[in-house]
Amino acid sequence: MSETAVGGAGASAEEAPTVSVTIDGVAVSARPGELVIEAAERAGVFVPRFCYHPRMDPVGVCRMCLVEISGPRGFSLQPSCYVRVADGQEVRTSSEKARKAQEGVLEFLLVNHPLDCPVCDKGGECPLQDQALTHGPGDTRFVEEKRHWAKPIEISPLVYLDRERCIQCSRCTRFADEVAGEALIDFAFRGDAIEVATFPSRPFSSYFSGNTVQICPVGALTAAPYRFASRPWDLEQVETTCTSCAVGCRIVAQSSAGKLVRYLGVDADPVNQSWLCDRGRYGFEANGEGRVSSPSRRKGEGHEAIRWPEALRQVAGALQAAAAAGEGRVGVLGGARLTNEDAYAWAKLARTVLRTDHVDAQLDDGLPAATVLGLPRATIDEAVHARLVVTLAGDLREELPVLYLRLRRALAHDGLAVLECSSVPQALSAEGATRVGYLPGEVARLVGALTGDAEPGEVPGADRSGVVTARRMLAAAAAGGATRGEGVVVVLGRPNLAEPAVGYAEAAALLHAALPGARFLPALRRGNVHGALEMGLAPGVLPGRVGLEEGRAWYESAWGNLPGATGRGARELLEAAAAGELDVLVLLGADPLADLPDPDLARRALEGVGSVVAVASHWDASSSAAQLVLPAAAADERSGSTTNLEGRVTRVAQKVVPPGTAWPAWTIAVALAAEMGDDLGFDNLETLSAEIERVAPSQRGIDLDVLGRPAHRDGLVAPIAAVGVRVGRRGPRLIDPIATPGIASVEEQGAPLVVGDAVALGGQPAGIAGAGPTGSRPPLLGPPASSVPATAPRLDAYSLRLVVGRTLYDRGTLVAASPSLAPLRPEATVRVHPSVLERLGVRDGEPVRVTGPGGAVELAASADEAVARDLAVATARLGTGERPGIESLVAGEGPIDVRLETI
Amino acid sequence: MITDAAPIVTARVGHDDSHTLEGYLATGGYEGLRRALELGRDQVRAEVDAASLLGRGGAGFPAGRKWSMLGRADVTYLVVNGDESEPATFKDHLLVERDPHQVIEGATIAAYALGVAQAFVFCRGEFALGLERLTAAVNEAYAHGALGRSIFGSDFSLDLVIHPGAGAYICGEETALLESLEGKRGFPRIKPPYFPAAIGLYGAPTVVNNVETVSNLPWIVRHGGAAFAALGTGSSTGTRLFALSGHVRRPGWYELEMSKVTFRDLIFDPSLGGGLAEGRSLKAFIPGGVSAPWFGPEQLDLGLDQEAVGKAGSMLGSGSVVVMDDSTCVLRAAWRITRFFHRESCGQCTPCREGGGWLEKILRRLEEGGGREEDLDLLMDACDNIAPGVSWPPQQTTICVLGPSIPSSIASAVRMFRDELLLHVKEGGCPLRGAR
Ligand SMILES: Cc1cc2nc3c(=O)[nH]c(=O)nc-3n(C[C@H](O)[C@H](O)[C@H](O)COP(=O)(O)O)c2cc1C
Ligand code: SF4
Ligand code: SF4
Ligand code: SF4
Ligand code: FES
Repeated sequence: MSETAVGGAGASAEEAPTVSVTIDGVAVSARPGELVIEAAERAGVFVPRFCYHPRMDPVGVCRMCLVEISGPRGFSLQPSCYVRVADGQEVRTSSEKARKAQEGVLEFLLVNHPLDCPVCDKGGECPLQDQALTHGPGDTRFVEEKRHWAKPIEISPLVYLDRERCIQCSRCTRFADEVAGEALIDFAFRGDAIEVATFPSRPFSSYFSGNTVQICPVGALTAAPYRFASRPWDLEQVETTCTSCAVGCRIVAQSSAGKLVRYLGVDADPVNQSWLCDRGRYGFEANGEGRVSSPSRRKGEGHEAIRWPEALRQVAGALQAAAAAGEGRVGVLGGARLTNEDAYAWAKLARTVLRTDHVDAQLDDGLPAATVLGLPRATIDEAVHARLVVTLAGDLREELPVLYLRLRRALAHDGLAVLECSSVPQALSAEGATRVGYLPGEVARLVGALTGDAEPGEVPGADRSGVVTARRMLAAAAAGGATRGEGVVVVLGRPNLAEPAVGYAEAAALLHAALPGARFLPALRRGNVHGALEMGLAPGVLPGRVGLEEGRAWYESAWGNLPGATGRGARELLEAAAAGELDVLVLLGADPLADLPDPDLARRALEGVGSVVAVASHWDASSSAAQLVLPAAAADERSGSTTNLEGRVTRVAQKVVPPGTAWPAWTIAVALAAEMGDDLGFDNLETLSAEIERVAPSQRGIDLDVLGRPAHRDGLVAPIAAVGVRVGRRGPRLIDPIATPGIASVEEQGAPLVVGDAVALGGQPAGIAGAGPTGSRPPLLGPPASSVPATAPRLDAYSLRLVVGRTLYDRGTLVAASPSLAPLRPEATVRVHPSVLERLGVRDGEPVRVTGPGGAVELAASADEAVARDLAVATARLGTGERPGIESLVAGEGPIDVRLETI
Repeated sequence: MITDAAPIVTARVGHDDSHTLEGYLATGGYEGLRRALELGRDQVRAEVDAASLLGRGGAGFPAGRKWSMLGRADVTYLVVNGDESEPATFKDHLLVERDPHQVIEGATIAAYALGVAQAFVFCRGEFALGLERLTAAVNEAYAHGALGRSIFGSDFSLDLVIHPGAGAYICGEETALLESLEGKRGFPRIKPPYFPAAIGLYGAPTVVNNVETVSNLPWIVRHGGAAFAALGTGSSTGTRLFALSGHVRRPGWYELEMSKVTFRDLIFDPSLGGGLAEGRSLKAFIPGGVSAPWFGPEQLDLGLDQEAVGKAGSMLGSGSVVVMDDSTCVLRAAWRITRFFHRESCGQCTPCREGGGWLEKILRRLEEGGGREEDLDLLMDACDNIAPGVSWPPQQTTICVLGPSIPSSIASAVRMFRDELLLHVKEGGCPLRGAR
């Protein structure tokens, strides 16, 4: 892709700075309201600092940033992180007086600081060390006894606190309170006896605790998984994207001696703004555990290792036989753990070589692909700046943690209006979002009542005044834009596995019909599920958000013959497998035995199908049951791109080598095609990526080369023509130069590629080699039409309607394989209103039997006032082999009603 | 010469029942409030302006000016500062314990003048009897119609809440006090922007006034601002309650007309301090609380006048005068004061948190005999890093003035008694050990 194709002006859409100040004798234009420390930094003057963090409100406590600032009464020493620029202001950052003050503060900080550097994890990347050198007195005058404290103390399973090293900057406590909204740590005592502390019997168990370690300017907070793992000078690093969930936080992945040791959040302004969740931060540990390291063939109860040529021959043989038997004899399940390039290669292999459209990256636990791909898409930035955000999704804190963090901050700090539609109260309503409830199965009815013209009728599970308030909020926000609904962002997900997905598709269609200007953030959570759907790993969908029929001509000219009929989604596909209608089931990193809401169906399918081939990075329940297993590279072991829930495509980079002989999944597709006598048309990542850019309509202008430019580290949102126009100025990366020097060093900013230039994109793509398909480019999928909302069956008086939600640390492969995260899994419980337990005569914490149409499970009962009296709430994927989880009750479409009994 | 001005805030303290409503009413109690309600808001403010009443909490800011800075907002608050926790300061203690109704009446008058409907008295938690009496007085005042709805039948209503402090000196600093009132840690707020008058309690404009400041209001309203201003001279009007302690024969509280009385009078007059013990001579005295720089005998003839004391390089501050005779080890005195500030620092700002502790350790080491000659320069330079220039009023590198108060006693000791400090170094300990 050449510069000219997408280049041009436009990024200079930044407002012109209007305040002029003099910093160290140089005239500087600053933005109104900017802090002096920021203005100085943009002018190339670094002022030392500890407490200031660009993503939190300034507090001016450490006093390291004292500079002389002119005022009505002459110059005075003031904290540059707290004072805002004013026209005509003069600032002296290194006058004799300023330097003395800075040296003085630094000397004071060292007074009680232990001489731990040689044994401190921070040593070598420590802002206190660094600034002691650059802005310290250079000599010590302190001869007294230092303060002593027991060290370190475990304030959570993941975080250790060494109080002797703490410099009381309050970054950690402010993060916990201001950003995460969980003030689980705060200062105790005062003077130089002040210490960061947890509350009695409440550990610092926050999903976001790792951020405090990252921003602690000294070695006071250390992460249990990283303690003594490496020294900074032994680290190698690469910037990449976290694929533990679909937020796609930008990170730096660091390795030492060829082993991943640490993830650090990078300040991608439109996405994670430097924060990460702990699951993302420590999930890389899974790379080292339970890996499939060589091709394997089932033998007896276990597997035997075989060599690649043999494995390819056997797998290709099975696939070839199936393909020869006719169209649709192969099913391909999974893909959310793949890169975009992997997914494209498999989508192409399936359609052209395996002759099947039975492909699905979701496991019947998400939303219809047409809904996800067809609705007008919002970005996270649009959501946090929206007039109103409506959530119709699972608890974002549990499912998409950093999206939650951004929305929470906007809600709690910037006055964002949020309407949470939820059967069970979630974290956002606990933080002040307005909430309206509904009985599972009635979501479309609720949305009808919120958007319909007529006076809203009764909505089961919602109280009337709640509906009226919500309706009013929505109407007021919807009327604000040029098109009705403009400025409204709907976060749409699948909050309840025991409730049909179709209700949410209908709800979305109704919302779109009523509010054509509203945009959607699809809250599917699995790693690269969005990339997989975008790349055509869904029945009836071809790469680039194109329908099978609409794209047939284009793709037949690009690829060759396509399957004649739309294939089956995960559930139907597995039902077909169970019925013996499939010859081969290919699992692309999918673990249906563990992850399908209906595990019994998964078991029957794996038994009923001719053979199961797993392309897998880990030995999980399903790969362990496969006849043939091909080892796949995992995150940080291969390069390519990934797509987040905004449709934002970013580069992922290889940091370490895969174990054994594992390959990236796309090379497996290429090799299988070759083994079957076919040619997928690419044999390296560059040509593969170029083909995606050329062929897949939503990906125009986006390839690995473009994404690799420094200015596009934060990715490009597909389709770029549609987004560039909407999102004018993108904020610069705010760098915390004292966080970790490593991060600062990857930050040289290149010239931005301007993505708003729709005209340049309209023509033939320039610069990419290879002939394009012929004919006209097919249109992108549009919003699905709304149908009349179905009504759910009535709930009988003895039953409770089941809600099966998710939790961040469940028994999924990644958590299970991460030694630091696995112990954090909560107990499996069934939460009900206390009155339900009273009626049963069961006490909080005692086991109960939950019986539904699909069977019965035993769970500990948990009384919760927040749960409506007619609901039973449980969390998926917390069961064990001996104690099946709640998902074993999920069968068919739902909603599911259960009964509770004493044991 | 001692003036014969009648006491204003301590007029009642001689009576046994001064703290009861009955006793209070029998001595003109609540007449100021009744009069205020007749005069109307504007007139009350005019009287307070005319009185030129200076704040008695330490900073000495004119109350009338403070009131007129109150931002316009629907909700505003009045907070009476009764945290009085500084060593040697015990004037508010007296007023709360002996004349609680006067505090309530003064607060009510201030609230009326300010148009405030909710007031708080933040009272030092250790004033056990004071809190008991203040609480009883509030209940009596409600019953009497002097607090609550439609005070004395007027259209003015006020709720007043007593909030006991939890034992931190820093909560006397007005913004830390507000944080504490809000239920948070007593961390002073950064000013600007958090001036109480702009962003005070719960973010609303708030006036914070000292107990003694408001205790003057009933008298001012009853006798007029001009009568108050007629006492004292220049900007130092009215009377002030001084807490005299240290090496004097008659330590205690004395309400004196401002300006007209000198430190010499206060310390030596037989009706006041009564002089030093037999055979002792004056070494130094602290004119306005332990945050203030010290004076020597040369300053004895200064009047108890805010401006004059300020010009001489110190402050009247909280009105506590500490006398040190020639048996005092000034190093030990500075150390004890520094130890107080070190322990009471809130811990937010590095210079105060760490500097206080470091200085305290150096002073103790000197006192215990481990001193080095260079320690004197080190002390002064560390002080300079807390309050550049070590001048008065101090330049600040911190959020509140607790930090910059630390150097006062140290710099006084080093500057006034350098030789005595060096003697500590030479003799390996305190040369005055025997004298005590
Ligand atoms: C460390 C510190 C402690 C203080 N303690 C008190 C106190 O105990 N009582 C008080 O009235 N003012 C105290 N002040 C002064 C208050 O901040 C404030 O100036 C005063 O209450 C205002 O009342 P005034 O204007 O009536 O004097 C203190 C100030 C500082 C910096
Ligand atoms: S633990 Fe670290 S981040 Fe927290 S206050 Fe101490 S130095 Fe700052
Ligand atoms: S929110 Fe998602 S993408 Fe971000 S760090 Fe957590 S798991 Fe990774
Ligand atoms: S100067 Fe001392 S007491 Fe005042 S805010 Fe700073 S640390 Fe706290
Ligand atoms: S006071 Fe400015 S960085 Fe801490």
